Amino acid sequence: MANTMARSFLQVAAAEEVAPPLRVVQIEGLVMLKIIKHCKEFSPALVTGQLLGLDVGSVLEVTNCFPFPIQEEDEEIEADGANYQLEMMRCLREVNVDNNTVGWYQSTMLGCFQTAELIETFLNYQENIRRCVCIIYDPSRSNQGALAFKALKLSDSFMDLYRSNNFTGEKLREKNLSWVDIFEEIPVKVSNSALISAFMTELEPDTPVTQRDYDRLQLSSSPFLERNMEFLIECMDDLSVEQQKFQFYYRSLTRQQAQQQSWLQKRRDENKARKAAGEEPLPEEDPSNPIFKPIPEPPRLESFLIANRIANYCNQINGKFFDKARDCFQKGFRKRLRDSDGPTLTYSQHPSRMTETTILFCYWNFVSSISSREREREDVLDLVSSTPMSHSVWIHATNS
Amino acid sequence: MAASDRTVLQFGPSSAVTSNITAKVHPLVIFNISDCYVRRPDQAERVIGTLLGSVLPDGTVDIRNSYVVPHNEFSDQVALDIEYHHTMLKSHLKVNPQEVIVGWFSTGLGVTGGSALIHEFYCREVPNPVHLTVGTGFRNGEGTVKAYVSVNLSLGDRQLAAQFQEIPLDLRMIEAERVGFDILKSTSVDKLPSDLEGMEVLMERLLTLINDIYKYVDDTVEGHAVPDNSVGRILSETVASLPKLSPPAFDKLVNDSLQDQLLLLYLSSITRTQLSLAEKLNTAAQMP
Repeated sequence: MANTMARSFLQVAAAEEVAPPLRVVQIEGLVMLKIIKHCKEFSPALVTGQLLGLDVGSVLEVTNCFPFPIQEEDEEIEADGANYQLEMMRCLREVNVDNNTVGWYQSTMLGCFQTAELIETFLNYQENIRRCVCIIYDPSRSNQGALAFKALKLSDSFMDLYRSNNFTGEKLREKNLSWVDIFEEIPVKVSNSALISAFMTELEPDTPVTQRDYDRLQLSSSPFLERNMEFLIECMDDLSVEQQKFQFYYRSLTRQQAQQQSWLQKRRDENKARKAAGEEPLPEEDPSNPIFKPIPEPPRLESFLIANRIANYCNQINGKFFDKARDCFQKGFRKRLRDSDGPTLTYSQHPSRMTETTILFCYWNFVSSISSREREREDVLDLVSSTPMSHSVWIHATNS
Repeated sequence: MAASDRTVLQFGPSSAVTSNITAKVHPLVIFNISDCYVRRPDQAERVIGTLLGSVLPDGTVDIRNSYVVPHNEFSDQVALDIEYHHTMLKSHLKVNPQEVIVGWFSTGLGVTGGSALIHEFYCREVPNPVHLTVGTGFRNGEGTVKAYVSVNLSLGDRQLAAQFQEIPLDLRMIEAERVGFDILKSTSVDKLPSDLEGMEVLMERLLTLINDIYKYVDDTVEGHAVPDNSVGRILSETVASLPKLSPPAFDKLVNDSLQDQLLLLYLSSITRTQLSLAEKLNTAAQMP
């Protein structure tokens, strides 16, 4: 009995551990608050910090974090930075905080975080830690009202390819890897200890709506959009530069091949002549000839990263107005507006065409239903039913 | 002669400054303290640590951050790991040089004899430290957070004791934290709320408010509720402050902005298509 058990234990111990894939990142409220505070204090400067926690099965728990000081120059502060990290970890160890690094966090400005440095940092971390994650926090989007936390990690296929330096077009085609596959976003879960949630419930302010909520309801998003568009345009410029590099490469490759062909042809003719004359044929290859030198392929990583950035900006512009508006307002508002006696015609007929303007109209409708002046209500009614908005919304719907 | 012989026990604030001190605490500090309390070593009854923050120009003490300091407490002796305290302080100052020591905290209600000793130590670090107690027992079903300042009781020239006087405490949150407050309240949340879900919640709250006001106005008109002039004035001001636009002007306004936004949407969709094209060009092109 004991023998079989011992054997099975040995077998288990000897069996290789296959790590289950990372499915969710569980962050504690404390960590979120710390990250928010740190990023907000130093915004618009970009800051980073270290994440500490535990790696349990398919969940990566992040239980604490500490910020990194901003480095002025890189030369002498390298050692200082390492010292700071060691000291912090040691001190935290003494108070029973998990001493295990699981990644790092960084703040970003409107989502332009996909850079080569990020990939380098990931690879550095991956050498020491089996699973690490990067949390990106965007303080500017939090001003808009969303809690912009994202947990990222590099996909395994990308990492293998990159490490083996096989980042050429052929290999990419083989593995069917495109720019979408570089980063993987992992869903984030928040957990809190019971003590903290008891405290928070108690400290909850009494008013249901605060000034900040009013600020969020202000739907003017033009500064946000403007900045997004600016970044998008810059990225498109970068993308076109990269594409020109590729075009140049292909052109020179074609030219080189043509040159090779003509040289080969000449050699063959020469050889025929020599054979006729009875001499040794010359070799058909000549590695010393410069036209045979292989032209280096331009690196593709940068264009992939730019593509990622552009997709991010587009999603931010699109998603803010369109994608989820349907689901959200279909449930909530249609029901309520049918209860109140306001003009429900426009939006309930096209439930899937909710845009920002209809939100505005809903608000206006509430307000006007409180107002006792009938004239105002009639005006709003006329406005809503006569505006060509529904028409333009149809155009957009058929375009997208 | 008699006047100089009389020594009076000075009670109450010894200086005008002490009476005006209020403290503001960020919820991060409470979170940190709770977390440290949960992780304390088994034999410790309470945890003690340093409070970091700044003193605002109007005298309020703004407590923004904290870290716990290991300590040992015997019957009447307290040993604090001073070196740890200084190391952590240095590290924190590297990140944020504006956050300085403003006081110290301890869990557990009430101020004990040991606390006085610790308070003295902190008095040497900073002129007027604030002592924060966080009651984690939840004895009456509520958790209490109190702040104290120490005032010296002196009899003539001799110091008798230090009295801890409670000062008003204000818990405030910066905006971004307010956004996620609902997340912070529960013990686990499966998914971070997205942009529009947040907006939906807000609209619901606004709707509740408006419904309440509606009901109140109705009740007042019908005579059920006592009319309050100030509330009525505020209501009429609010309603009157809505912008007055003629329908054609509003029409034009809305349509212009809508067209701009549709254009942007269209542009971003085109860009996305362009991206996939570019990718095909870059990777799928094959040389013969």
